[in-house]
Amino acid sequence: MKRHLPLILLILAVIVVQLLTRWTDTAFYLTPLTMTGYYSLVIVGLCLLMGYAGQISLGHAGFFAIGGYLSAMLTTKDLMPLKETLLLGLCDKLGLLVQGQDMLGVASLQMQPWAACGFAILATIIVAYAIGIPVLKLKGHYLAMATLGFGIIVYRLALAFPLFGEADGISGVPGFPLLPGLAVSGDFNSRVSNYYLAWGMVALVMWLLVNLIHSRVGRALRAIHGAEGATNAMGVDTARYKLNTFVISAVLASIAGIFLTHYNGGIGPSEAGIMKSVRYVAIVAIGGMANLWGALVMGAVLNIMSLRGMFGSYDDAVFGGILIVIMLFAPQGLLGISLSATFKRIFRRGE
Amino acid sequence: MLLDIKNLYRRFGGLQAVSDVSFSVRPGMIKAVIGPNGAGKTTLFNLITGTLPPSSGVIHFKGQPIHGLAPYRIARQGVARTYQNIKLYPGMTALENVMVGRHCRSRAGFLSGMLSLLWTRKEEKAIREKCLELLGLLDIADLAEVEATSLAFGQQRAVELARALAMEPELLLLDEPAAGLNIYETAEVARLITKINAQGITVLLVEHDMSLVMDISHEIVVLSFGEKIAEGTPSEIQHNKEVIRIYLGEDDAED
Ligand SMILES: Nc1ncnc2c1ncn2[C@@H]1O[C@H](COP(=O)(O)OP(=O)(O)O)[C@@H](O)[C@H]1O
Ligand SMILES: [Mg+2]
Repeated sequence: MKRHLPLILLILAVIVVQLLTRWTDTAFYLTPLTMTGYYSLVIVGLCLLMGYAGQISLGHAGFFAIGGYLSAMLTTKDLMPLKETLLLGLCDKLGLLVQGQDMLGVASLQMQPWAACGFAILATIIVAYAIGIPVLKLKGHYLAMATLGFGIIVYRLALAFPLFGEADGISGVPGFPLLPGLAVSGDFNSRVSNYYLAWGMVALVMWLLVNLIHSRVGRALRAIHGAEGATNAMGVDTARYKLNTFVISAVLASIAGIFLTHYNGGIGPSEAGIMKSVRYVAIVAIGGMANLWGALVMGAVLNIMSLRGMFGSYDDAVFGGILIVIMLFAPQGLLGISLSATFKRIFRRGE
Repeated sequence: MLLDIKNLYRRFGGLQAVSDVSFSVRPGMIKAVIGPNGAGKTTLFNLITGTLPPSSGVIHFKGQPIHGLAPYRIARQGVARTYQNIKLYPGMTALENVMVGRHCRSRAGFLSGMLSLLWTRKEEKAIREKCLELLGLLDIADLAEVEATSLAFGQQRAVELARALAMEPELLLLDEPAAGLNIYETAEVARLITKINAQGITVLLVEHDMSLVMDISHEIVVLSFGEKIAEGTPSEIQHNKEVIRIYLGEDDAED
């Protein structure tokens, strides 16, 4: 089918890039490429929410952090002091906990990575519903500010609790054994398999999301973007559709956070920061707003450049700048607008 | 009764936009609501479709109360509408606009849409075919792939009508369907409304064009400053003193 042609191209590109790094002996590129894959999950999820359903979120780094921090905390921090709590007692009975030893040989208690992953996603879903139900009643600037507020709260919580490592974040996070022989980890020998895992997830998510936007639901989402009242009058439960989309994009951000944290072996508060949320929004905007492939491509290019340190100490400023320029000259997004129309607009303003 | 409205009120601050309005619509008829600008006709439609909640009063559709329900619930029960100020979805083709109207007659959800299951693809194809057929019925099949908001005014009206028909409603509310159209287009709209009605769809119509209203409607309700001042057949309304006074001005009526 025609609409899946870009997906085939994506898979080919992923393979070609890996082979290139091998032939040119630049395997060190695989690390930023893998990280970029996970960030791409956040970006395409946000693209669905912003570009198609028309709802902005300036708090998506918060969902990324909920996934990453919870998974890191449960698999790394010693849960022994909490052993008597009802929840952990239950987990123990279900065999979800593992006894380990810390560096000094003292017994410690952690959660299995699969169980931690499940908890993190569940927590994300609950938080996304709890935030989404009141906040998605708002529109435009108000929605932007409310989601920004949510992002700030998550950021401050990550900084405030010793369990989350305060300003240092959490390090020493173990790998996440997904399948026999395949673990999400920064282990040098599994660089290639982790690269394919990350981009395989991107391909899968793209397949799901492209299907979705071409479905009855996707059409309703675009209609909500265009005229919400008239969409409701067509029998679309607009509030529920916006909420479901918000939760889906939050879960994608959370999964990205979980996997990237196990891959990096840790997470720090900067991942929860406002500038990260702004960065995601800027990338969706420069990708063309209602353009999943545009967001994916622009996100990949900019993230790799950023991770390779090409923006130097101006890293955050670059993304802030992108956002300003897009909002001034192409509020509909960059890819997909006609350039001549933009120039006309600029000149008309100049008069 | 298909639609039953009793003692309906709606205030906007100090303004009574709809005041103690009661009437009902029998299944199968074309009923018109007329009245000067600002009489409360569009507000009445907004109350029936749930876009606005009434300040007080009750609305029954097929014997069930619908006042206070969300618009999407009322739509699912079989009430469709068009807008006085056309509300099409920008960035979507005429066909896609009409396909949104099919939403309440189809069921693919988030999960089945993402997985693109066989039955959802079949359903999608059926939606597309049905909507192309409707565009054909309104003589705009050749515009299916054109962005709806870039069409000519009359064509946009037709797309909106097709979108409402795609819902297969039992009650169709048309808010000034002939506004801004020339006499030929207006005659075409009149023919179309009669044809839709002949297929068993009950029509409630707001319209300023008196000849259109008198030609096609079975009953007429007259509103003025939010209040119902008359109700009856077209010939009764044409001879109603109060209506003549409002439409022709006080001086003419007193003689
Ligand atoms: N949402 C609203 N807020 C405040 N006033 C309104 C609103 N909608 C309509 N009105 C007022 O209610 C009155 C009736 O308006 P409307 O129902 O649009 O009249 P009609 O359709 O008969 O021309 C007008 O005075 C209008 O200004
Ligand atoms: Mg009106």
